[in-house]
Amino acid sequence: MNEHTPILDAVCHLILLVGAVLVCLPIYFVFVTGSLSQPEIMRVPMSWLPGNQFLANMQTVLSSANFGRLLLNSFIIATGITVGKLAVSVIAAFAVTYFRFPFRMTVFWLIFMSLMLPIEVRIVPTYESAANVALPLNILGSWLGIQVLVALDWNLVNTYSGLILPLIASATATFLFRQFFLTIPDELCEAARIDGASPWQFFRLILLPLSRSNIVALAIILFLTGWNQYLWPLLLTTDPAMANAVIGLKKLMPQSDSLPTWHLLMNAAFLTMLPPTLVILILQRWFVKGLVDSGK
Amino acid sequence: MPARNSTAALPVAAGGGGLRLRWPLRRLFVKGTGDAQSESGLKRAHFREWRLPFWLLAPQLFILLLFFFIPSIRALIQAFQLTDPFGATIQWVGFQNFERLFRSSVYWSSAQVTLIFTIAQNVLTLSLALLLAFASNHILRGRGAYRTVLLLPYAIAPAIAGIMLAFLFNPRVGPVAHILQGLGFDWDPNRNSWHALVLIVMAASWKHICYNYIFLVAALMSVPQSILESAYLDGAGPIQRFLRISLPMITPTLFFLIVINFVYGLFETFAIVDATTRGGPAGATSILVYKVYLDGFVTLDLGSSAAQSVVLMVLALLLTFAQFRFVERRVNYSV
Repeated sequence: MNEHTPILDAVCHLILLVGAVLVCLPIYFVFVTGSLSQPEIMRVPMSWLPGNQFLANMQTVLSSANFGRLLLNSFIIATGITVGKLAVSVIAAFAVTYFRFPFRMTVFWLIFMSLMLPIEVRIVPTYESAANVALPLNILGSWLGIQVLVALDWNLVNTYSGLILPLIASATATFLFRQFFLTIPDELCEAARIDGASPWQFFRLILLPLSRSNIVALAIILFLTGWNQYLWPLLLTTDPAMANAVIGLKKLMPQSDSLPTWHLLMNAAFLTMLPPTLVILILQRWFVKGLVDSGK
Repeated sequence: MPARNSTAALPVAAGGGGLRLRWPLRRLFVKGTGDAQSESGLKRAHFREWRLPFWLLAPQLFILLLFFFIPSIRALIQAFQLTDPFGATIQWVGFQNFERLFRSSVYWSSAQVTLIFTIAQNVLTLSLALLLAFASNHILRGRGAYRTVLLLPYAIAPAIAGIMLAFLFNPRVGPVAHILQGLGFDWDPNRNSWHALVLIVMAASWKHICYNYIFLVAALMSVPQSILESAYLDGAGPIQRFLRISLPMITPTLFFLIVINFVYGLFETFAIVDATTRGGPAGATSILVYKVYLDGFVTLDLGSSAAQSVVLMVLALLLTFAQFRFVERRVNYSV
């Protein structure tokens, strides 16, 4: 097709330009506001050009709001979710696609069911489970009348494991790997078995290297979702030093009765969105593949 | 040209080699059958062993048990109990929590807000994403650069999207709010409930358009070139080809995105609301998932919160089934 449509071409470029401006404008203003001083943001109308206070504001944010620690927390939580979920999922998917064993379909459906209910619809009991992981044993103990079990208590509030483990409890990644394994030619497994490979050798030497691109793509998405978690850290941290960066921002929101420190909030917001934005910019090709593959 | 199939997006639809998932409930009740043919999702070349798979599955199942199954079942049980805020007494009350909930006008107004919010967000997100996808499908030069920029919001947390727009539209300091005020528009999301709703709709869409956009671009690229070319030879212009050929052919993707947008609007926008309006002013932006949180963790009305959780669970299940129906009925146009 060799069409010549100059007007439509121009309109399309215009649409995309407007879209790009609408995306960039809020981000630009986060940077501008984060680089102004307190008197400058109170001026009406506010400056549309960046000021020279960015580093000074950043120092204030890192020291007084303890934001360095919060960014570190975000990193630990996001990495923990990524590594944990990938590790748990890839072996579970291997088990359900490559083994025949009793109750295989039951296990399959148990895992499958976890796709249906997001954490948002069961926040109170999930919180209670994390506040005391031994809760099921407590209940069992009180039924059977075993006091030792009733007294068990294992609290995950304000711990990294509490922030990470419940977010690993979903089977999205397992399903993605399962779908991928199903497309791998059977001949590979047959050949491996003829050569005398054990199931574990087949997994480690053939399946894992084949899945590398899927793992990278999924890791990017999991890292971004992990970094941007909000509801769960909000519930599970009472100690401000254990919150993640996004939750820290909420605490920096100017309240109506105090001095509006928007410049600090925006500076912190810029710091918080920098790592995931860099991840997307650098690893864009992988990321788009992962997104379209996983539907998440 | 078989083309890359955009609907490979769904977890269950991907993977040409395996089964196509049927209507799930039917399968759920089919007891394990002997031959490998009907045992879904098992490789023809597989291992017969139970010890190794047991240990491979143990971590996943253990975490699911602790943080998925037990909480979900307890959410169901708590909906039929009345617990006082200090957790001292627990009483079985049958359907009383639900009766109280459905008679509460606050709950219905929250449901109404949610409905308006999710529909407005869905329409805005999908139509803008379609416009952008059409435009970037049409142009030849600069496609990659636009895509890079348009994808940025995916990296940004919903809460930050909310905070950014709340700042831009803040009646005291926000630059956009000043422009609005300069035009004589009395903008104040802190007091006007419609303004607050518009604000969270804008923040939710700003964050989610990129997601819709990626899927639409992938879907548009998978429309067979041969059909488009024959339409071109018949004299159809680019817009006509888009409306008459591409759009009907990507309806499966559109349905998928509509369902996903509802899921997003219902559950994942909690952060936007909490970081900006906190449900206010006067409950004008208190969407259902926010109200579950308020009643469960702030006002400590646990029975009501649990009943609301169950209502949301039903909604989540309905949406999941809608998603599978879409997978089931997806039309395969590959030529």
